Amino acid sequence: MTEQQKQALEALSSRRWLVAALLTGAMVAAYFGFILLVAFGKPLMGRLLGEGLSLGILLGAIVIVLAPTLTGIYVYWANRHYDSELRSILGPKGQP
Amino acid sequence: MTTTLGSPSVTAILFFVLFVVVTLVITYWAAKRTRTTSEFFAAGGTVSARQNGLALAGDYMSAASFLGIAGLVALSGFDGLIYSVGWLVGWPVVTFLIAEPLRNLGKYTFADIVAYRLKQVPVRIAAAVGTLTVVAFYLIAQMVGAGNLIKMMFGIPFEGAVVIVGLVMLAYVLFGGMIATTWVQIIKAVLLLLGATLLALLVLAKFEMSPLRLFAAARAQYGDAVLAPGKLIAKPFDAVSLGIALMFGTAGLPHILMRFYTVPDARAARKSVFLATGLIGYFYLVTFILGFGASVLVGRAGISALDKGGNMAAPLLAEVVGGRVFLGFISAVAFATILAVVAGLTLSGAAALSHDLWVHAIKRGHADERDQLKVARLASLFLGLIAIALGILFKGQNVAYMVGLAFAIAASANFPALILSMVWRRFTTSGAVVSMLTGAGSALVLIFLSPTVQVEILHRASAPFPLKNPALITVPLAFLAGVVTSLAARERSAEEQFAEAERRMHVGAGAAAQISGHAAPASSQPARDLS
Repeated sequence: MTEQQKQALEALSSRRWLVAALLTGAMVAAYFGFILLVAFGKPLMGRLLGEGLSLGILLGAIVIVLAPTLTGIYVYWANRHYDSELRSILGPKGQP
Repeated sequence: MTTTLGSPSVTAILFFVLFVVVTLVITYWAAKRTRTTSEFFAAGGTVSARQNGLALAGDYMSAASFLGIAGLVALSGFDGLIYSVGWLVGWPVVTFLIAEPLRNLGKYTFADIVAYRLKQVPVRIAAAVGTLTVVAFYLIAQMVGAGNLIKMMFGIPFEGAVVIVGLVMLAYVLFGGMIATTWVQIIKAVLLLLGATLLALLVLAKFEMSPLRLFAAARAQYGDAVLAPGKLIAKPFDAVSLGIALMFGTAGLPHILMRFYTVPDARAARKSVFLATGLIGYFYLVTFILGFGASVLVGRAGISALDKGGNMAAPLLAEVVGGRVFLGFISAVAFATILAVVAGLTLSGAAALSHDLWVHAIKRGHADERDQLKVARLASLFLGLIAIALGILFKGQNVAYMVGLAFAIAASANFPALILSMVWRRFTTSGAVVSMLTGAGSALVLIFLSPTVQVEILHRASAPFPLKNPALITVPLAFLAGVVTSLAARERSAEEQFAEAERRMHVGAGAAAQISGHAAPASSQPARDLS
């Protein structure tokens, strides 16, 4: 592996960690936001938005849907950008 | 209400026997394909992304999440959602931080990553302690749960149920290894998802297919409180601490991490965990509907009359909306659910015993392939018998807290060391060992001193440690211990190997060897074709 390849790989590596850290941060923020609202804002979470819907249930469902959504964003990024850059760094011989 | 639950039901037994026969036939087929240690522990790396996604979901959706959450929602409404959300949000973290580096750098256990550039023996021993503690608590919870459930559903005595679960699971693991275990988990995941979906559709059919009308009916019956946070979270810090355990515990569960070694490459690992996250999220949304359905259609009184914890909510609901045949099907699915989880746990515990302790700590990495497979099978047999013994030993004990405890230990003992070893150049052998042992030890001690054990189990008036789950303290403590110990004394060889480990984390073993110009080391055997 040439010095140039190593440097390019290192740059790609720190980009992957950055994307991973940002998405992890988003998930942590959403989840602990929800938990803190449950813990400290019980009346707020119990506020009714309709006959059978409270704010708490809506937010909980949103966090549940957010989990696969964020995962999907990461997989899309990695499949589209990360893999192809990895391939171009490694050359035709290196497998992704 | 009257129920046939608890009397041996012909349909339940038929469905269950059918499941066992099919899975044992698969085990026979898998046994002929399990000739190497890599096939035994990692299915030879030949599982596809889609198969592994289903198997991950099958490994994770335990009876506790199916019956437990449905019961919690049925008896207290909104509160069940707190667990559903918590058990799901660990998965994105696994995707972003763990899945790909783990697949590229390791072989069978998470200790492969932590020990990669550190001294093998101490790291392997500490990691095995963490793994086996998590596996032990998780196994106790599953085995005791299995005994109670099967007794309630099939009318079989507790000990008999535990022995049946233990023996069938041992047949899968001993003969079919990871290949059989994977297929058991896939079949179980499909059955559980189908069963839960069908049950939810039958419920929603009574409410014009609208979950909101169902929730409104529950509110009309039990008041506004069903849609608001209730008693589960009495103290705010308990909520945060439980949240930390659930979120980061998933990323430290040995039986989940192990599944990433069964796919051919990092790309497949990434895809499989995305599929698993989607399936598990969907499953928890469905379970929420089942819980509300049970509270409206079965009634809280009927559910808690049968089991105070509400575990029978989903089976009772199945009987109300689908009759005895459907109850039989759901009961058999619950049984199958436990079998799949227990098999995965046993296999991951056996990997810690044979791969981490025997191969690396005792044989210093030089073990004969045939001996390795023999030791792996012996370790599985040993753990299977231990699981049966523990299940019987803890009969009648309240073990619900043990799953939460397993998550707390996984989050404190395994997760900090795993992350630090991947991202921090200065991380040292002593840092890893101290972090893992501090995490496991402090979690164990604080759980013992917590209200969960002191007040609920030992019936003392108060507990020395205020939190029900220790993760709020023990996870930061394990990180701190790892960082401080590493800063205290440098380890040059570990720092020098960081760049190489980091490259390999991204390109994988095969490609790394190709570019650096020498043959791939033994730990990167190319996936063997199973056919």
